[in-house]
Amino acid sequence: MSKVDLSVDLNGLNLHNPVLTASGTFGFAEEYADYVDLDRLGGVMVKGTTLEPKLGNATPRIAETPAGMLNAIGLQNPGVDYLIAEILPKIKDYSFKTIVNISGNEVADYKKLAAKLSSASGVAALEVNISCPNVKKGGLAFGTEPEMAAGVVEAVVESTDLPVITKLSPNVSDITEIARAVEEAGSDIISLINTLVGMKIDIETQKPILANNVGGLSGPAIRPVAVRMVYQVAQAVDIPLIGMGGIMESRDAIEFFLAGASAVAIGTANFVNPRVSMEVIQGIEDYLIKKNHSSVQDIIGVVEAN
Amino acid sequence: MASQSLAKIIANQQLNSKDYRLLISAPQIAKEAQVGQFLHLQCKEGIDPLLRRPFSIHDYDRQQGEVAILYRVLGKGTKQLLERRPGQEIDVLGPLGNGFDLTNTADKVVLVAGGIGVAPLVPLAKELIELDKEVAFLLGAANELELLCMGELEQLPLQLKVATIDGSLGHQGYVTELLEELLADSYGQVFACGPEAMLAAVQEITLKAGVEAQLSLEKRMGCGTGACLSCVCKVKVQQGSGFEYQRVCSEGPVFRADEVIFDE
Ligand SMILES: Cc1cc2nc3c(=O)[nH]c(=O)nc-3n(C[C@H](O)[C@H](O)[C@H](O)COP(=O)(O)OP(=O)(O)OC[C@H]3O[C@@H](n4cnc5c(N)ncnc54)[C@H](O)[C@@H]3O)c2cc1C
Ligand SMILES: Cc1cc2nc3c(=O)[nH]c(=O)nc-3n(C[C@H](O)[C@H](O)[C@H](O)COP(=O)(O)O)c2cc1C
Ligand code: FES
Repeated sequence: MSKVDLSVDLNGLNLHNPVLTASGTFGFAEEYADYVDLDRLGGVMVKGTTLEPKLGNATPRIAETPAGMLNAIGLQNPGVDYLIAEILPKIKDYSFKTIVNISGNEVADYKKLAAKLSSASGVAALEVNISCPNVKKGGLAFGTEPEMAAGVVEAVVESTDLPVITKLSPNVSDITEIARAVEEAGSDIISLINTLVGMKIDIETQKPILANNVGGLSGPAIRPVAVRMVYQVAQAVDIPLIGMGGIMESRDAIEFFLAGASAVAIGTANFVNPRVSMEVIQGIEDYLIKKNHSSVQDIIGVVEAN
Repeated sequence: MASQSLAKIIANQQLNSKDYRLLISAPQIAKEAQVGQFLHLQCKEGIDPLLRRPFSIHDYDRQQGEVAILYRVLGKGTKQLLERRPGQEIDVLGPLGNGFDLTNTADKVVLVAGGIGVAPLVPLAKELIELDKEVAFLLGAANELELLCMGELEQLPLQLKVATIDGSLGHQGYVTELLEELLADSYGQVFACGPEAMLAAVQEITLKAGVEAQLSLEKRMGCGTGACLSCVCKVKVQQGSGFEYQRVCSEGPVFRADEVIFDE
């Protein structure tokens, strides 16, 4: 029994502690079974899932950058039917909450994904990835326009009884505008941030390193941007936030709580230190004890602007 | 089972102008290591570079609990690695990957090593000799100074042939040119590790000769544990003419030559 209360209730999604792992960085959880006690995690956001299996992009798919990395995996995944039939049954007995991250090319894809996953067992919530290009709108990402973002969220909310998390893209001029739109559309929770679009060029070959030319920047390099966006969105909406972006240790996670996140997700850091999620849970507990707080809820959004 | 541990550095020895041998104390890894598997090392603590670096297991002593890798200094990570000193600790994941498949091994086998690709093939040669196999070892490098593990290989009961691109020792040219000659001589299986162009040549030669081959591949890695899907290579699907992406860190690093597709 821990001395402090780490549990959080995110608008219907109850977590026994506020530390999750971010989509695309933790596989389907069992990839990390050798390194962490999976039952200690609050939740696992599994790899981005699409209606049909997806091959993914050509290689190189990653490039390292100062304090970060670019990725353009291209949503390689076995498809939602395989996920439901073969993967979810394997992880359903762990005590973490399984959150399925969904991606589509059009609104109808998201509806079908939501319906299929709602009747599957072992899914605690859906995380709607709106950073994907909308093929019907010339490939403009769903998450870059408030109306398009709201349209996807509404469609998902209508098709499921599960808590709906909307994952915001940071590649927008005003993230609070998108946040308000998805809250209004019925999103129960917001997660942020997804990766920032970036590029790296090999000066010898004079070509981009990534086969896809551009990719998403993650890791400590993006943390200050992520903290700022969580802070701004926390001021703008009333629904709970899951903060992520460059968390490497518990001190970083605590910044996100102070900025207004009710839970945090760890991404790229899993590659660097597979045990990081366990260390972050312990570090949060130690911090709360040191600061004489009885619950993690005592520190959510308490940062006072100067 | 793979594990994450802090391993004490026992030695970090320079072999030539570019290559080093790092010896660490890692009893759990030494106990479980299979030839062809790799370690994922954090060259230095901190966030620059951020990611770990993969290196083949070169040697292991199960009794002493020691493991060695050979590394070539290329960029930031390996430069930091060469500055590490005995007594310091290094964060290691491993053993990772599938390793070479030694079930149904032919009686006469050829090992083809290009450059630093020799690292996993020396322990493989030892293992095959222990299994009473007749081993031919083709060792290739840019020049004489970069030929690695010569002394050790000369001590083993195997047939050693050397190729250097500049002709400073042995056959002048690619090591794969030696392979073409040898295969005519009833060798039943080939194991190779080296640059991708060399592996593609080994693939072509062995497919044409109808000889089974296993290739150890390299791809840029993120996690090393199968989670991020950054290290994939193309593998032919069972049915039809298509391919799928498989993870070098998990389904590999060793693949059958008749299943891998190399991009031009
Ligand atoms: C399974 C596996 C086993 C390996 N075993 C060994 C080994 O035993 N000994 C050894 O010396 N090396 C080995 N390597 C390669 C080694 O991991 C890289 O050389 C190392 O990561 C380079 O790190 P760096 O920071 O020094 O160079 P970086 O600064 O990362 O790169 C230096 C240069 O190499 C290129 N590069 C780096 N990694 C790769 C890659 N995977 N594929 C193509 N180009 C790349 C970069 O683009 C750059 O031009 C192995 C790789 C894999 C995947
Ligand atoms: C290799 C990789 C793959 C990712 N795949 C997905 C994905 O499928 N869906 C998604 O919503 N986010 C994906 N992300 C974004 C992460 O979930 C996270 O939002 C982002 O990396 C920021 O957190 P970090 O800095 O802690 O990694 C991926 C990130 C990485 C590095
Ligand atoms: S390096 Fe992450 S899946 Fe292979």
